[in-house]
Amino acid sequence: MIEAVGLTKRYGAKTAVHNLNFRVRPGAVTGFLGPNGSGKSTTMRMILGLDTPTAGRVTIGGRPFRELPNAARQVGALIDAKAVHGGRSAYHHLLSLAQLAGIPRSRVDEVLGVVGLHGVAKQRSRGFSLGMGQRLGIAAALLGDPQVLLFDEPVNGLDPEGILWVRNLMKRLAAEGRTVFVSSHLMSEMALTADHLIVIGRGQLLADMSVQDFIAANSAGFARVRTPDTEPEGREKLTAALVEAGGQVLPEPDGALRVTGLELPRISDVAHDTDVRLWELSPHQASLEEAYMRMTQGAVDYRSTHDPRAGFQPPAAPGYAVQGGPAPVPQGWNGPAGYPVLPGEQPNPYAQQQPVAAPQPPQAPQAPLPPQHLAAPATPPQPPAGAPAVPAAPSAPADLTKRDTEDAR
Amino acid sequence: MTTPTTPQHPVPPQGAPQQPGQAPQQPGQAPQQPGQAPAQPYWPGQAGPGGPGGYVSPVPVRAAHLGDAVVAEWTKIRSLRSTMWTLGTMLVTVIGLGLTWSLLYSNSDEVLSADNVLGVGAVGVLLGMIPVLTLGVLTISSEYGTGLVRTTLTACPSRSRVLTAKAIVLGSLAFVTTLVATLLVAMISSALLSDRITEDPTTGEWFKATVGVSLYVALAGLLALAVGTLLRHSAGAITTMLGLVLFPPLLSLFLQSDAVEKIGEVLLKYSIPMQLFTLYGAEIDSGPSGWDALWIMLALAAAATAGAHLALNKRDA
Repeated sequence: MIEAVGLTKRYGAKTAVHNLNFRVRPGAVTGFLGPNGSGKSTTMRMILGLDTPTAGRVTIGGRPFRELPNAARQVGALIDAKAVHGGRSAYHHLLSLAQLAGIPRSRVDEVLGVVGLHGVAKQRSRGFSLGMGQRLGIAAALLGDPQVLLFDEPVNGLDPEGILWVRNLMKRLAAEGRTVFVSSHLMSEMALTADHLIVIGRGQLLADMSVQDFIAANSAGFARVRTPDTEPEGREKLTAALVEAGGQVLPEPDGALRVTGLELPRISDVAHDTDVRLWELSPHQASLEEAYMRMTQGAVDYRSTHDPRAGFQPPAAPGYAVQGGPAPVPQGWNGPAGYPVLPGEQPNPYAQQQPVAAPQPPQAPQAPLPPQHLAAPATPPQPPAGAPAVPAAPSAPADLTKRDTEDAR
Repeated sequence: MTTPTTPQHPVPPQGAPQQPGQAPQQPGQAPQQPGQAPAQPYWPGQAGPGGPGGYVSPVPVRAAHLGDAVVAEWTKIRSLRSTMWTLGTMLVTVIGLGLTWSLLYSNSDEVLSADNVLGVGAVGVLLGMIPVLTLGVLTISSEYGTGLVRTTLTACPSRSRVLTAKAIVLGSLAFVTTLVATLLVAMISSALLSDRITEDPTTGEWFKATVGVSLYVALAGLLALAVGTLLRHSAGAITTMLGLVLFPPLLSLFLQSDAVEKIGEVLLKYSIPMQLFTLYGAEIDSGPSGWDALWIMLALAAAATAGAHLALNKRDA
């Protein structure tokens, strides 16, 4: 049982984790979800006593980690697949950890077998792939045969076979009555592995519920309705009629309608009553991934911005730039909206807020143009000076986060 | 979920592919009693009597202590090539330079004092100390550099225990290796130069030039370990230690004018090379003499180690 009460961690002005309250129960796999930089690893480190909370506390079986009588026998953790000395063999790495915790030497061979690294046990771990590193980290976590297990992104870098193996391992460990706490940023992975979910974003708790509840609460089904493209008025007529019948209607990008709150037969009846033909009427289930993205959308730290490729644009006519006239708007492949959505690709909901940042680039190409410096050296360079600073602003918090976490390690 | 014959196992043994050698249990075959569980040493484990309340490992739990940490640190230090390289370089430098100096003196016509006979090893030890400092720094900073320190501190949350174990292992290793090298050099030089001296070195001088010097080098290694813990960065800490050894005597060369002469003198007298030479019997006016150098280094290392313990316990790993 892991219990966090008012857990808070600040690095200077940046709050990495804010007032987290949760319980991780034994006998189940608990998924710990959140976007990059949401505080998952910081929370993990605080559970393991590596970082001291700024406020609040987190206990394992009622005690802080550093006060456990024999921590390695009660808690096993995979924090970072790269947290090994590359010059040491896998065997010696595990042996030293076993000796440190007073675990018999024979256990090292056992866990090497469990993770399938027997064949490379005597090789220096520097040459290990990320997947092998993960396996070595999992071996270290299992070394003490502990009651509580923490895994930080255990499937990173694993091949499909390895991912399946980790999934089954987690489930089996939980079935043995252990507490299994697994962090991930992949909802799809957690949906298959976890029994319970704890979702955080920007260091705050967003959800703490069972996977079933999460699915029920977040992935309401909807119907896709398409009217003939040749009769746009039919679409409007149907929309009005469906709303009147009590449904919620949202237009889809391809011209179809997304209808929620009405059963399929009812939609068909309404269409029939309003004399609109249907080209499509299909049931859909919003994916868990989508629900998770919707939930964490406001809490994403690292958001991609539009790449204007301004540096590759042929220099505009120098006269325009000097006079501060409207510089040509750099066009991406798909205009300022960003990369085109490929057929079959899920539109990225994170990218929807992008146009906020997108209008900045038009100013940027002015700065590197040499004619400006030649023509007007004394002019206070307001727009060019401002231009590089403004696009930098949205990324600044992200940079801070990154640096803070790096430093903390 | 489980066969009726194995009520204590929430997971059938068949579900444990990691034990290929173990034959799958036949349902009708010898029902496994809970008491037989130790026959499968550690895996798969049993759910505790409390059912889903928790898991109890079949491996008996015993508390870990400093001895375990020392054994673990010994495994760590001997399983790295950098240990072999640094200590190997130290041995080659100390013995090689000691031998060379002895040969050069034996071919000259100089008459030597008792101090000189043992003192031929001093330059070798001074240079040979540098790899030991490197090893001292790397013992902890390589763990920070690779992130291993987080794994270590998860396996043993008592940070002071980890640092103490490192100090014990590093200190002993540095002491023993240096003792072997200095003893060898002292024996070589006294054998080669026996016909050239007016009086034999006393037992006290021998002891100071071998055990004393080895203790001094080991303490310098511990100082490096503490500096590595404080700085957590290999290159930074190694540079700091090199600067500590080489910078004061270098600086004193530039402090010759009357105003700053005193500072220059003190810097030179108490510099690490000079301290080392006094252990070999070099005499400095109103400077350290006898075993003073060792006490100075002991105080330095103790202070730095205390700071390292404080910092390690206070900081986030």
